Amino acid sequence: MWLLNSSIGKKLIMSISGIFLVLFLTFHAAMNVAAVFSEEAYNMICSLLGANWYAVAATIVLAGIVVLHFVYALMLTLQNRKARGNDSYAVNVRQKNVTWASKNMFVLGIIVIGFMLLHFAQFWYKMMFAELLGFHHVTLGGMEVSPQDGAAFINFYFSHLWVVIAYLIWYVALWFHLTHGIWSGIQTIGWSNNLWIKRWKVISNIYATLLMAAFAFVTIFFYLKSLCDGSCC
Amino acid sequence: MDKNINITLKVWRQRGPKEKGAFETYQLKDISQGTSFLEMLDILNEQLVNEGKEPVVFDHDCREGICGMCSLYIDGHPHGPDTEITTCQLHMRKFDDGATITIEPWRSAGFPVIRDLMVDRYAYDKIIQAGGFVSINTGGIPDANAIPIPKKDADLAMDAAACIGCGACAAACKNGSAMLFVSAKVSQLALLPQGRVEAARRAKAMVSKMDELGFGNCTNTRACEAECPKAVSISNIARLNREFIKAKLQD
Repeated sequence: MWLLNSSIGKKLIMSISGIFLVLFLTFHAAMNVAAVFSEEAYNMICSLLGANWYAVAATIVLAGIVVLHFVYALMLTLQNRKARGNDSYAVNVRQKNVTWASKNMFVLGIIVIGFMLLHFAQFWYKMMFAELLGFHHVTLGGMEVSPQDGAAFINFYFSHLWVVIAYLIWYVALWFHLTHGIWSGIQTIGWSNNLWIKRWKVISNIYATLLMAAFAFVTIFFYLKSLCDGSCC
Repeated sequence: MDKNINITLKVWRQRGPKEKGAFETYQLKDISQGTSFLEMLDILNEQLVNEGKEPVVFDHDCREGICGMCSLYIDGHPHGPDTEITTCQLHMRKFDDGATITIEPWRSAGFPVIRDLMVDRYAYDKIIQAGGFVSINTGGIPDANAIPIPKKDADLAMDAAACIGCGACAAACKNGSAMLFVSAKVSQLALLPQGRVEAARRAKAMVSKMDELGFGNCTNTRACEAECPKAVSISNIARLNREFIKAKLQD
């Protein structure tokens, strides 16, 4: 099977799964921004997703794509290290036009997955997973809240400075990953030429920046809100 | 103005493919900046021979940048610090008096060291043998306009055909990938009507040979394009991906 055996096939799997994950991030960012304008609207989205069959099915598909993206990244990286050989150059220079992110995609991916586990422990485990187990209440810093009360989760976690900083580091790593990942994925599909490669690179930078700015905005907004204890907004 | 300079060379010495190599340091005095880099190595070898030592082995042939035989990873760059030239076109005026120049062989599992700075690049020939040709008889040289070819395609094909197969792309690549080379060879033929006929078979055969020989997977870092002495663009890699995926989907 050429998709699994050939180098270009394997890269195509990375590309398509990566683009799906970018689409998911877009949805996630849009959903988060809703929380700034109306916590009720955000909770409505949370309850719509919750433990409904379609949300569970989508989560399983999404988890599958993440696993696929990671397993293939690992496989390709190991192959590439072998192809490079054991002898490394004594002098290494990063050429102009070669971005730092492009040479560190695997490391960036590991960082992203690391923080993703933290995110899962904080949110998903106590929301969808708790609901799947049939709990109607979970404890959150001494409070009893519904696993569908997403706004309570955001308000609670983003009032802790370390959580905010950890998430911001996560966004920075993801930003680097996306600035290379988006155009690189499109190049792998073959949808690029001398003209479009420049356009795709600009689009990648803008898209990654907008996406991460949206995530960071929501995170910082709720931290500032917790500082003034609701009295100023 | 070119002047005479004194330089220190750190050269990779390795007696054979299986033996362990190491850097040796040599001093060269009064090297004219008008000397080419390979002439400077000739002077070094002259000096070594006179001292009764083994000369440094390195590849070279035409010394005018078209044969693809010279290699050398100089100060962190394949074909040296200048852009869009081969090592044989590099001159000592690119270096300052008192400079230390580090010279290494291509380092990639696909290009094992034979001796010192000389590596085995037969892998690229094997990829060409797998499909980098037109197997129909195209006859003699046709009239210029016998087969109409759009100027844009002719230019792109010519740019891809500039590839001399020196191996700088795989040498520069952190993944040891030969994609720039393979994509140039696939593109130069796929863009022209004579080569188009066998484009699908060619893309499949060359990529499968490339994978079989253990070259790495391209991650689009663009290091190859930056170091290519012929400035072959990675848009060729996009074309190769397109050709390969299309060919496989048609099967």
